[in-house]
Amino acid sequence: MPVLIFADHADGHFKKSSYEALSYGAKLAEQLGTTSDAVVLGTAKEDLSSLGQYGVRKVYHINNASFDTVDAQLYAAAITEAVQKTGADIIIFSHNQTGRAVASVVAAKLKAGIVTGAVALPNTSNGFVVRKTVFSGKAFANVEITSPIKVVSINPNSFSVQSTGGSAEVSPLEITVGTPKVKITAVNKVSGEVPLTEADIVVSGGRGLKGPENWGMLEDLAHSLHAATACSRPVADSGWRPHHEHVGQTGIQVSPNLYIALGISGAIQHLAGVNRSKVIVVINKDPEAPFFKAADYGIVGDIFEIVPKLTEEIKKLKGE
Amino acid sequence: MKILVCISKTPDTTSKIAFKNGNTQFEEAGVQWIINPYDEWYAFVRAIELKEKDPATILHLVTVGTPDADPIIRKALALGGDEAIRINATSDDSYFIAAQIAEVAKSGSYDLILTGKETIDYNASSVGGIIAALLDTPFISLATKLELNGTTATVTREIEGGEEVNEVSLPVVISCQKGVAEQRIPNMRGIMAARTKPLKVVEPAAIDSLTKIVSYELPPAKAGVKLVAADNVGELVRLLHEEARVI
Ligand SMILES: Cc1cc2nc3c(=O)[nH]c(=O)nc-3n(C[C@H](O)[C@H](O)[C@H](O)COP(=O)(O)OP(=O)(O)OC[C@H]3O[C@@H](n4cnc5c(N)ncnc54)[C@H](O)[C@@H]3O)c2cc1C
Ligand SMILES: Nc1ncnc2c1ncn2[C@@H]1O[C@H](COP(=O)(O)O)[C@@H](O)[C@H]1O
Repeated sequence: MPVLIFADHADGHFKKSSYEALSYGAKLAEQLGTTSDAVVLGTAKEDLSSLGQYGVRKVYHINNASFDTVDAQLYAAAITEAVQKTGADIIIFSHNQTGRAVASVVAAKLKAGIVTGAVALPNTSNGFVVRKTVFSGKAFANVEITSPIKVVSINPNSFSVQSTGGSAEVSPLEITVGTPKVKITAVNKVSGEVPLTEADIVVSGGRGLKGPENWGMLEDLAHSLHAATACSRPVADSGWRPHHEHVGQTGIQVSPNLYIALGISGAIQHLAGVNRSKVIVVINKDPEAPFFKAADYGIVGDIFEIVPKLTEEIKKLKGE
Repeated sequence: MKILVCISKTPDTTSKIAFKNGNTQFEEAGVQWIINPYDEWYAFVRAIELKEKDPATILHLVTVGTPDADPIIRKALALGGDEAIRINATSDDSYFIAAQIAEVAKSGSYDLILTGKETIDYNASSVGGIIAALLDTPFISLATKLELNGTTATVTREIEGGEEVNEVSLPVVISCQKGVAEQRIPNMRGIMAARTKPLKVVEPAAIDSLTKIVSYELPPAKAGVKLVAADNVGELVRLLHEEARVI
């Protein structure tokens, strides 16, 4: 039976996390000797057949403007109906904000076992075992899904996008749309900035920056790298930076390719939010700062001297 | 108004993570247990604040756990709440946990069910959505603000690239994160009062687990940090470009 991938989009445009989910689902289908299809909800502003380049055979399009915003209950009902119509028994999501809203509701409706935050393709040699992060990135668990229908959501940035070329057949899917019980009264999208959970590079600052007035140099560095900005918890708690930038155990968990920590000591609760990053760079004046133990590259020194130089060097590299 | 807050027990954030029995079990020796921070600081504290505004509110806590969860649920009662329910079972499966809570929720007819954003040990972010599906109520994920106005909840929630304000009629299940409430510490009077508050133990309903943990692994140790001299920033950029290939 086919694998069905939920390809979510932001205002009609697909994102890296969707391409990761599509690539993951297509690879899994290949591994199981079956086919993979995608389901898209709401108004799309891109050519849906192009999703075929990530390996899916068909794109089912539920083209109804009721799905232009995410209502977990309506989304789950629609995806469940799509699963039933296509006969899929494995459903793939991205473990992003939309995935966190919808995947578990879908799983419950299908009485499917769910594993969220997968970091690798399932091992299907004996059963269906998914590797996921647990203990906030401090370990992995191999979790077997024992139910006939299975739901997996993958951690952003854990599975690389694999474009094979190819084109998918686009097929409209009519489903019954329920009456929404949730009314959206305001939407606030952060424009112009790179969203933290989707960023390839994150530049983050701690108490070592001394005060909000010093964030200019951090933003310059972030800008030179097209990076998102983040901070440690005390920085957000002191109101130096907005709360949505706080990463760690109690904040946002990020898994970029590169995490640059400036003046952050590297407390275990901070590491819990960033230790899934591929490469970590730490700049701290204290050689004993615990963050160096979790880092790949580091400079022991004063951020106020180093960061402007770093930005210059990066601009040079990029020929700006 | 009847509120149910889902409380789970997790290792303290500084615990050393290790496994035993051929990496099939978490090593609990020496681990300090706490209330999952998202449950305590955000979901539960907000519920206490709502009860303070409207003292007629009935606030219940629920946990799925064996008797070793009692100290945690008692600690929660010390913070506030009228009664706690412990469903006497243990599982790592989100469906099992949520379905047990849904059973309790059905008989309690709660207006508002609050969970944390995720547990800091299993990191599923799934239990709330499953409860909502089983009760056929709306689910609002990743809330950063929550106000009640009669039978309407106004919730700000995190979405891709921003946030959105939702209005929903009760009953509803909401998963809570930072922003929903400010952290607070229990006072001594609360701790004394907690001793007389009821902790009900109920036996689990017959529900199958749909997943099981086969084994654990620790991530491979980092190779060690490569230090670059402070006066040679260009070298760091070269390494990131040529060796790590991340810029
Ligand atoms: C239950 C719990 C949950 C928590 N959750 C989180 C969380 O989610 N996220 C989080 O971040 N924290 C969290 N914390 C707090 C955490 O324990 C640390 O207190 C916090 O991360 C420290 O922030 P910091 O590194 O910015 O500040 P500090 O620990 O004060 O470190 C500042 C660093 O800057 C360096 N420095 C100073 N000046 C300079 C300079 N000129 N140049 C270079 N380096 C300099 C210093 O050497 C020092 O290492 C939590 C704590 C608890 C108890
Ligand atoms: N064993 C449990 N007992 C009660 N509530 C739980 C339990 N496990 C998880 N929860 C609730 O569900 C939320 C999400 O957990 P999870 O889906 O496991 O990440 C937690 O923050 C708790 O509020």
